[in-house]
Amino acid sequence: MKPLRFTLNLLAISVISSALLSSAATAETAYISNEKDDTLSIIDLDTLEVTETIDVGERPRGIIFSHDRTKLYICASDSDTVQVMDLSDHSIIAQLPSGEDPEQFALHPDDRRLYIANEDDALVTVVDVQTQEVLAQIDVGVEPEGMAISPDGKWALSTSETTNMVHWIDTETNQLVDNTLVDQRPRHVEFNKEGSIVWASSEIGGTVSIIDVASRKIQHKLSFKIRGIHPDKIQPVGIKLTDDGKYAFVALGPANHIALVDAKTYEVLDYLLVGRRVWHMDFNADQSRLLTTNGISGDISVIDIEDMKVIKSIKVGRYPWGVRIKP
Amino acid sequence: MHLLKFFTLILSLQLLSIVVTAEEQETRIGFLAYHPDQGPVLSNLLPEPEDRGLRGAQLGLKDNNTTGRFLKQHYSLESELAETPEQVSKTVTQWLDSGIRLLITDLPKKELLTVTKIATEYGAIIFNAGSYANELRTEACPTNTLHTLPSRAMLTDALGQWSTARRLQRWLLIKGSQPEDIAYSESLKRSAKRFGVKIVAEKTWSFDTDLRRTAQRELPLFTQTDEYDLVVVADERGDFGEYVMYNTWYPRPVAGTQGLSPVAWHRVIEQWGAAQLQSRFEKHYHRWMNSKDYAAWAAVRTIGEAVTQTRSSDTETLFSFINSDQFQLAAFKGRKLNFRSWSGQLRQPIPLVQPRSLVSQPPLEGFLHPVTDLDTLGFDRPESSCTVSFNTAVK
Repeated sequence: MKPLRFTLNLLAISVISSALLSSAATAETAYISNEKDDTLSIIDLDTLEVTETIDVGERPRGIIFSHDRTKLYICASDSDTVQVMDLSDHSIIAQLPSGEDPEQFALHPDDRRLYIANEDDALVTVVDVQTQEVLAQIDVGVEPEGMAISPDGKWALSTSETTNMVHWIDTETNQLVDNTLVDQRPRHVEFNKEGSIVWASSEIGGTVSIIDVASRKIQHKLSFKIRGIHPDKIQPVGIKLTDDGKYAFVALGPANHIALVDAKTYEVLDYLLVGRRVWHMDFNADQSRLLTTNGISGDISVIDIEDMKVIKSIKVGRYPWGVRIKP
Repeated sequence: MHLLKFFTLILSLQLLSIVVTAEEQETRIGFLAYHPDQGPVLSNLLPEPEDRGLRGAQLGLKDNNTTGRFLKQHYSLESELAETPEQVSKTVTQWLDSGIRLLITDLPKKELLTVTKIATEYGAIIFNAGSYANELRTEACPTNTLHTLPSRAMLTDALGQWSTARRLQRWLLIKGSQPEDIAYSESLKRSAKRFGVKIVAEKTWSFDTDLRRTAQRELPLFTQTDEYDLVVVADERGDFGEYVMYNTWYPRPVAGTQGLSPVAWHRVIEQWGAAQLQSRFEKHYHRWMNSKDYAAWAAVRTIGEAVTQTRSSDTETLFSFINSDQFQLAAFKGRKLNFRSWSGQLRQPIPLVQPRSLVSQPPLEGFLHPVTDLDTLGFDRPESSCTVSFNTAVK
């Protein structure tokens, strides 16, 4: 009796998963980490609907794909691990030794070295995703959060929220070689496509610093102003740059807006109203759509880039944090 | 093999310390507390930790040193819990003579004023992280002093805003008979007037029955007055206030020193990255971070920010930077904090908490101010006769 049921179940699972696979092949898929639900929401970008919600480790925050997009790495902050999800069947296939309280991370162009910010321990941990070994731990400032790797793979950058610095780590030696002081509570760093410039957001300072990579000095500072919103509530967090070098999008947290910035002149062109306390963003493959995670309202805003308009909001789990879109 | 490793470690540590001492900027801080005996209280179930304040200062020091490592700056802390007022003056003089110029105190108003008098002669900066007294921000105006702990008026104004926003416009005020209770109730009355709240009755608790046994009998009768929307309690020591909730004549919420309480800090605050501060604190000190820990932490971090930004050890340079609009502190309350240039008070949102959740965090929307809505809490410039001043050393 029992074995029979088991086979039936198996059959059912394989039917469902093959159905999933076939739908995944046609449409783009967005993965959203829900910080307070310990889940990922999956959104079909054709229908703009949540198709599935998957249980993952505790307090999932940063998420990124492997370069071939067959795997998703998940910072499960309160489980003190980085989970590796096989995207063909959404099973967790490994737990990487991430160090305590991983929050954000970045994958080196070599597709192996994962640089992880350990928020509680003032460390950056470097893990080889193939051997699952810790290659190095680097002391950085208090509450490291933002992580980015330069397109040429030379630099790993980490921001520390209470030390107020961007730390420059040489990926050859895994040594910290320089620090750039920025405004209060730096949250996120993003390289431009050429790797010549870094954008660093300061949440409490209310600014975005544009840092020249060659000199590691701030060459410009952006600030924001929205009518009817107190300047203290304009708190930049996530940053995304378009590949054509035209635009930057800056998520302004509790100001509930995304700033649209001319990436050449650094002029703020517009503000787009999204959900409450907007954190992070991601583009789809042809960069015609931008998705934002709105922490407090528990939803995702979908922005149409051509019209620069918010076209839909989609309810997900509690405190959506990270978003990544798979073609 | 192990021994060799050990020696290499020692050698490298020594090398490190040589490099470090060669060019480092050293900043010395003193933390001084005096907790006068409060006398016996009825609600003696959960005593306040003796190391309140100190642990916050120590955590701030760790934060500063992690940052300092990258800038060749180092911070050190000396601390003492004085047993008598005389010991307070003695220790401060010793520290000042030994070269310390940055003091953080958890002292009652009287001892604080004595310390500021002594320290001013040395051109030192004093951070008040222990006294809520309104007079320090309106009349006494000690020189060289900055307050990181909110004033009582900031606390009660926060409660007043919330009460008004919830349309709880009639208060029953119950107070104890200690000087702090009277100060808190005066502050409540000021807030009531400010926000147009009516106080239907004001009563002093002077019974000496043990409420742990008889609260159900005593308090309904005691609170039988004209109808009220909210009971506000002024009982800073926690003598009877814990027994007011659920025992009032009219079934109404309780707020103030007990019930829904305005505080500088509490474990339930977790937004704005506060979860990280809370977990760092608990990991090191195995208890919850409280308001005085927060005020001492904010004082040490203020010093850290000023030293980082000015790269100076000169107290006058640091003081004028801290008191300028250049200064900003990220302190886990959702926005940048700075100091009021007239009273040296750290502007800050005031969380309203109950034991297991954050209820609100004034300033609330709709309470407007021409400069910053944070100044809707506590004494605004026209209401204070202080102008902050800094005296350089005469000794």
